[in-house]
Amino acid sequence: MTAKKEFAIFDHELVPEHRVLSEEEKAELVKKYKIKLSQLPQIKADDPAVQALDAKPGDVIEIKRKSPTAGVYYYYRIVVGD
Amino acid sequence: MIMQSIKRVIGSIEFGILSPQEIRKMSAVEVTVPDTYDDDGYPIEGGLMDKRLGVIDPGLRCETCGARYGECPGHFGHIELARPVIHVGFAKTIYRVLESTCRECGRIKLTDEEIEGYMKKFELIENRRKVREKLIKEIHKKAKERKVCPHCGAPQYELKFERPTIYWEIRGEEKHRMMPSEVRDRLERIPDKDLPLLGLDREKSRPEWMVLTVLPVPPVTVRPSITLESGIRAEDDLTHKLVDIIRINNRLKTNIEAGAPQLIIEDLWDLLQYHVTTYINNETSGVPAAKHKSGRPLKTLAQRLKGKEGRFRGNLSGKRVNFSARTVISPDPMISINEVGVPMDVAMELTVPEKVTEFNIEKLKKLILNGPEKYPGANYVIDPEGRRIRIMETNRETLVEMIDIGWTVERHLMDGDIVLFNRQPSLHRMSIMAHRVRVMPYKTFRLNLAVCPPYNADFDGDEMNLHVPQTEEAQAEARILMEVQNHIISPRYGGPIIGGIQDHISGGYLLTREGAYFTRLEVEQMLMFAGVEVEELPKPDKVENGIELWSGKTIFSLLLPKDLTIWYRNKLCEDPKECEAIEKLIEEKLIPSKEEIRKVATDGFVYIRNGKLLSGAIDKKAYGREDGKILDIIVREYGVERARQFLDQVTKLAIWVITHRGFTTAIDDEDLPQEAIERIREIIREAEQKVQRLIEAYENEELEPLPGKTLEETLESKIMAVLAESRDQAGEVASQYLGMNNHAVIMAKTGARGKILNITQMSALLGQQSIRGKRLYRGYRDRVLAHFKRRDLGARAKGFIINSYKSGLTPAEYFFHAMGGREGLVDTAVRTAQSGYMQRRLINALQDLKVDYDGTVRDPSGIIVQFKYGEDGIDPMRSWQGKTVDVDRIIVRTLLKLREKG
Repeated sequence: MTAKKEFAIFDHELVPEHRVLSEEEKAELVKKYKIKLSQLPQIKADDPAVQALDAKPGDVIEIKRKSPTAGVYYYYRIVVGD
Repeated sequence: MIMQSIKRVIGSIEFGILSPQEIRKMSAVEVTVPDTYDDDGYPIEGGLMDKRLGVIDPGLRCETCGARYGECPGHFGHIELARPVIHVGFAKTIYRVLESTCRECGRIKLTDEEIEGYMKKFELIENRRKVREKLIKEIHKKAKERKVCPHCGAPQYELKFERPTIYWEIRGEEKHRMMPSEVRDRLERIPDKDLPLLGLDREKSRPEWMVLTVLPVPPVTVRPSITLESGIRAEDDLTHKLVDIIRINNRLKTNIEAGAPQLIIEDLWDLLQYHVTTYINNETSGVPAAKHKSGRPLKTLAQRLKGKEGRFRGNLSGKRVNFSARTVISPDPMISINEVGVPMDVAMELTVPEKVTEFNIEKLKKLILNGPEKYPGANYVIDPEGRRIRIMETNRETLVEMIDIGWTVERHLMDGDIVLFNRQPSLHRMSIMAHRVRVMPYKTFRLNLAVCPPYNADFDGDEMNLHVPQTEEAQAEARILMEVQNHIISPRYGGPIIGGIQDHISGGYLLTREGAYFTRLEVEQMLMFAGVEVEELPKPDKVENGIELWSGKTIFSLLLPKDLTIWYRNKLCEDPKECEAIEKLIEEKLIPSKEEIRKVATDGFVYIRNGKLLSGAIDKKAYGREDGKILDIIVREYGVERARQFLDQVTKLAIWVITHRGFTTAIDDEDLPQEAIERIREIIREAEQKVQRLIEAYENEELEPLPGKTLEETLESKIMAVLAESRDQAGEVASQYLGMNNHAVIMAKTGARGKILNITQMSALLGQQSIRGKRLYRGYRDRVLAHFKRRDLGARAKGFIINSYKSGLTPAEYFFHAMGGREGLVDTAVRTAQSGYMQRRLINALQDLKVDYDGTVRDPSGIIVQFKYGEDGIDPMRSWQGKTVDVDRIIVRTLLKLREKG
């Protein structure tokens, strides 16, 4: 982590909660949706949220978003290198 | 006509480049003669119409497959080019490949390590197209920069590409032109193992195949000649171009064989290149288009595919169809919303195939005997082998004898048949709905007025299309999914889009408002007209002078489901206190007695208990489109069929009432008493004085600027506020004098048509005219019209109109009004253009996404876009105003059930 942190991005109210999934959770996700990891939406490794979590390419990030229709909505994105 | 084809699913399609070997292998003949037919009109052997390429003349047989015209699909031929030429379509790719590879050894100009690294990356990204293309671009950029080949050490020169098909090599001072043969030689040297890095494939697209040595000749069926009335044959544009190619090719060949000077050969070579280029694409930039004798540019290969009328948009994405009709539409309030009136002439042309069974054979025999000329009849029969036989005067009797189970009869369209009805632009799914046929006289399609909104149709000359589904599957699908009643609720906002409009609303109000009573005769007539079946009339609500009278509310209740309970505040509720009283009563007692309700009943609050309208008048909120609450509840709780019946009956009932009571509006509806006019004048005078005071304050620099605004802006916004307020006040005064017996007011207040503002503008004053939300300011220097002083900031000088439509505008006011009115016109024109473009882009972006069975939204390759459709997995059409459930309604229903039990 070379870049200097100006502030902790997760403290901002517009930034939803991010979390790195464990290997077991990853496997469960893949099983639940019957997908290959490559079929998940992607997130770049240089995304500020990914850097803050120190996630590596291949990790899956769970994002807990507020939704106007459903209240809480979980979104999953796989970290990809560039 | 039984389709004998075997159904198979296409797994994938791959595109590649034809190799010379492949072209020769699929060729039936080498074409060498630049001619088509001989003097007798017979195809010349070895010419462009050679019988081995297929036949287009009836009577001739194809020499390749032996089939006749119509059966033979046609076969490719080929031309052996004397010298290779560049394929224009690949000119850029060739340039890229040349730049990336060594001029000596043909290897890609990357080090072994780099090659290995990139190969690994390719494996990783599999087939994500965007990333792949980016990577290939990167490789090209890197390889191009190398001045020395990393493999053989040969020095590299800079290459220049001159559109459309010329390549130069800059060898220091000297510029060397690379002829296609040299280009091809270099491409041939590129080893197979380097191809993936160039985005090529050794089996599907060897680079040297992009330089043509053999040209395929499309079958004659692809480029048929047309025989004109005069008996002269006109050849297809492609044939013309091929003639040119062969002629030059032959000239080039003889010149080479004769050992002609290099200069002449190169000239002919360039000419051949030109012809092949225009043959492929006659709109290549930098190349003069090949023209017909008349000066019309030729339509060659690329032109056949491109554009709106091209193969893709014109023939594959959209086609012309049979079993369809189009004509003008007109209204018919007497048919159901899911019916469509079809003119007799159309019904006798459109047919439905009906299979002969033991149950319908007698009926079908009668239809055949009627034939195509007499309705109801039939136009064709199809025998078990699939042969279509036209029914004629002469063969009717024999056909009736022959017909048996296993045959099919194409009978005329009849009442009750299902058809698809459509109006362009088809912007949403309600633009195509299924209707049941009602065959009618005259020449227009008839539709119920309640279905105008989803089609966005009116009757000022609109035309609509009609399609007849031809198979049982299609008919069943249309019946189950597409019928009008299934689309009463719009998926756009989860409320009804089909509902009563205009007179249906006004009529409903006139029927159900307080004090509306009807005699036995009237009640019987209106119920008969509306098609309501009642065993026995309810007890009359009152008896006056020995005449039994029923209230409109009682009659309206007869159409409602017997156990419907609902209450809501409608558009007529102006005094919140009145409504609160009744609302409180209902919510506290839940089942108050009838007498209690009648005491507080008001037109502004609708209360229906067990299918009885106890309070409130019907307005747009009852069964109008967009916010018809009663209609909404009926659809959800009693089903679409009941909703259709309700809508049909209620609109007819309203129409009966409005026609028999009489309902008109004219300019005298806006007549105001002198007193009211004076009050309005006074309001305007005050407003103008206020404006004057503001202007004075501004000029004396006493005005305080509002935050974020300049002094001038502050003045403007204050003036605008004063004038807007004065118009509202004047409108209020006007409506005080116009009561609910005024038809214009009825229409505005019930939501049938127009707004109160429209009445204000007709009776009181027009108010401020504006452009882009500002007072009018453009025109002459420092003033809008020459009738005012320069820099006059007063109300009238800047477009405030103190007259009404009724009192008439002054010339200056008329001009102001035209200025303001024009903005509206421009806005609508611009808006339709913009929203049409947006719609196109949106559909292009979203058309391939689908909701899978697990509720995820995915693209065709299975990449997830949303983990749950709409994030909550709710179908908006089944939702309640876009929300998942209407909790209040559930609570109310449960409570009611509990209370009724005690």
